[in-house]
Amino acid sequence: MNSAPWIILFSPLLAAAVIVIATQPFKKLSSYVSVAAVAVSLLFALTVFGSPDQDVSFNWIDLGVFQVRIGYLIDGFSKMMLLVVTGVGFLIHVYSIGYMHDDRGRSRYFAGLSLFMFSMLGIVLANNFIMMFIFWELVGVSSYILIGHWFERSSAADAANKALIVNRIGDFGFMLGILMVWSASGTVMFGELTSKWSTLGLGAGYATIAALMIFCGAVGKSAQFPLHVWLPDAMEGPTPVSALIHAATMVAAGVYMLARVYFLFAGSAAALAVVLWIGVFTSLLAALMATQQSDIKRVLAYSTLSQLGLMVSAVGLGVPVSALFHLFTHAFFKALLFLGAGSVIHSLHNEQNMWQMGGLQKKMPLTFWTFLIATLALSGCPPLAGFWSKDGIVAAAFEHNAAAGLVITVINFFTAFYMMRLFVVAFLGSARSEAAEHAHESPPVMAVPLVLLAIPSLIAGFPPVEHIFFPMAEEAGPSIPAMLVSVAVFIAGIGAGFVLYRGKNSDPVSIPLFANRFYIDQFYSVLVKWTQDALAGVAAFVDRWIIDGGLVRGLGGTTWGFGFALRFLQIGNLQAYAFLFGFGVVLLLYLILFAA
Amino acid sequence: MPAPLFWIFVIFMLFFGVMVVVNRSPVASAMSLVVCFLGLAALYISLDAFFLGVIQILVYAGAVMVLFLFIIMLLDLKAEQRRRFNLIAMFGGIVVVVLFVKVLVDVCYGFQGGNAVFPAISHNVGHGDTWQVGMALFQQYKLPLQMIGALVVVASVGAVLLSKRELK
Amino acid sequence: MATLNDYLLASGLLFTVGFAGVLLRRNIIIIFMALELMLNAANLSLVGFSRFHTQAGLPDYNAQVLVFFIITVAAAEVAVGLAVIVALFRAKQTTHIENLNSLKF
Repeated sequence: MNSAPWIILFSPLLAAAVIVIATQPFKKLSSYVSVAAVAVSLLFALTVFGSPDQDVSFNWIDLGVFQVRIGYLIDGFSKMMLLVVTGVGFLIHVYSIGYMHDDRGRSRYFAGLSLFMFSMLGIVLANNFIMMFIFWELVGVSSYILIGHWFERSSAADAANKALIVNRIGDFGFMLGILMVWSASGTVMFGELTSKWSTLGLGAGYATIAALMIFCGAVGKSAQFPLHVWLPDAMEGPTPVSALIHAATMVAAGVYMLARVYFLFAGSAAALAVVLWIGVFTSLLAALMATQQSDIKRVLAYSTLSQLGLMVSAVGLGVPVSALFHLFTHAFFKALLFLGAGSVIHSLHNEQNMWQMGGLQKKMPLTFWTFLIATLALSGCPPLAGFWSKDGIVAAAFEHNAAAGLVITVINFFTAFYMMRLFVVAFLGSARSEAAEHAHESPPVMAVPLVLLAIPSLIAGFPPVEHIFFPMAEEAGPSIPAMLVSVAVFIAGIGAGFVLYRGKNSDPVSIPLFANRFYIDQFYSVLVKWTQDALAGVAAFVDRWIIDGGLVRGLGGTTWGFGFALRFLQIGNLQAYAFLFGFGVVLLLYLILFAA
Repeated sequence: MPAPLFWIFVIFMLFFGVMVVVNRSPVASAMSLVVCFLGLAALYISLDAFFLGVIQILVYAGAVMVLFLFIIMLLDLKAEQRRRFNLIAMFGGIVVVVLFVKVLVDVCYGFQGGNAVFPAISHNVGHGDTWQVGMALFQQYKLPLQMIGALVVVASVGAVLLSKRELK
Repeated sequence: MATLNDYLLASGLLFTVGFAGVLLRRNIIIIFMALELMLNAANLSLVGFSRFHTQAGLPDYNAQVLVFFIITVAAAEVAVGLAVIVALFRAKQTTHIENLNSLKF
């Protein structure tokens, strides 16, 4: 048995425990403990990367027919994910040292970060549904801690609540799905299920519903359309947390899980179609929303949503490896984008409105260039990482479902458009606020992670690199027409964005529908309010009339009434008492002796 | 005991019992009570319970009655003024009493075995019933005897406390 | 010869007289005496049963021990009860129960 996976998994947990128990008052030490833990994880992830596949587990809880096992499954997917999670996670940890330098709750922050890493690594390593679900929930909890880090701000506390609650809705479906899978097959182990599931001879309806229930979990965690609302609000957390949640970990968990349990979907065309269109729909919606946001982090948040939609639709198209490949490249440049945005926000003293930025090219050259690389990578500029991974999805889409392919092409156009818009507005032109005029480059502890992330953003997509990390990818060969379309769309999007926004001081285009996020949040609040009011009305009625009026006042009133009636017997006359007593005794005697 | 003597004592007892109730003067009531208990003691003796008969006279006539008289004298109670009868109370009391007598008679007539003559007992065992009661008391009922003793102590302490002029 | 039922009847009548006294008299000391009558009526039936229920030619002395205990407890009860009456009299200056009617709502 190889102990490396255990070390990877538990060193962040150990760090979190150490911070909470021992080093809480020593903020600097806490941050180093946390960074050291994730560095250990990264080192062992590298050793695991070279080791053979393994599936090891031991019984944690044994309930006879049902065993909860804790174990790890090391295969191509998890090796890749381990590297991405620990690698990107490590850089974000280092960056956090600089970004959170002045924060009072630094120890708490780093403890939360370590707990988050532990949870995410648990999902990656899990070799069965139950363990995955446990860590799935742990991710929810730790994301709650991190998003609500600045809980003094009510918006941050609300966002944390929203993330947790919305995730719970998806998790409930996930749990039902796990139960359905278990009741059908009697096992929750991925290894057994992979070979067994298609031979169970389940009805098409059952298999589809089970798959869709599992998909619910991904919808919540990867923020797909009806449950996507938490992700933009999660921007309330510190920027490195946004980077961590958006790039490599939390939202990636959903896609990773879908790829991991793809065998559940493989047999059901209906489930795949639902997955595909939910992904495409989310992606289009988010891309349109992103074009009208003015908060730099929100643009990135919607772009994350959009890219996640692409990954999910790739799963729906039947190419989970492409989905994971895009997840892999996306992790780097999205983390880079967030960290770059964080760098800008940090140096502009927490200014997040991109219309208050501008003219940063000279003042923050490192951030400028790395951000440019990430923008181009996300937009799909030919030799960069995003181009290759998107291309795989586009090619698969045109191969399997031309309509979806068309929509994805449109999405890619908008992606290039809004990323260029963001870049032009935030970095080019002249400084539009005093803070922007006095901007300065971030300290090395923040700048170095940017550079380190820029490298994989540049090269991670090349086919030889892809081959290292995805040895299981089938050699489809690059599809020349799809590539040409992608390049054309990229140039059109970049060009449109550049021409439209160059030198502008305010947004020349105004589409309230997009800016207001299609009013989905408003619709949800109305829906929730209406539901709550209805439930509260029923509960108030039950409480007021049945419980209070009927039971509480009824019981009390009955007792009081009897007491009131009976107390007229208490006339204070000793002989009346004696009379009643004697009369009762005679009555009792009569009843006992003669009436029976 | 011959039947006529029994009935004489019963009537004697009941008569003075009634006198306890109907006498206006508390002192007369108390004296009637003593005489009533004398009749009761005679009935005990007629049942071969000599010890209890003697105890009855000693405790009630000797101790309890003195206590009653003491209190009556202490409180300086006069004969009650004739008051108007409370008709409802009167009626209620009589109803309950009549009903009680009815149940009592029903019980006595229902208990057929009770009409048999008392079985004979041997008077030649060598020990009187005082000896017998004493043996039962000190052998079989040691613990209850101790508890009764403690009870009497507590009662006398309580009586002293209650009689103090100021209850604290 | 007198039978057990005769004794029981006598006991019951004495009890009834006592009970009537409790119900009809207003002087609390007389009521207390009537209570003593009732107590002794119960004793009489106990002694009657003791004589009736012979064992090996002897009365059942368990019942007589019980009567002995009752007499003892009654003596204690009289002591405490009279002390209560004295205390009551001190507080209210009366032994008339129509004036002792504060035990009500």
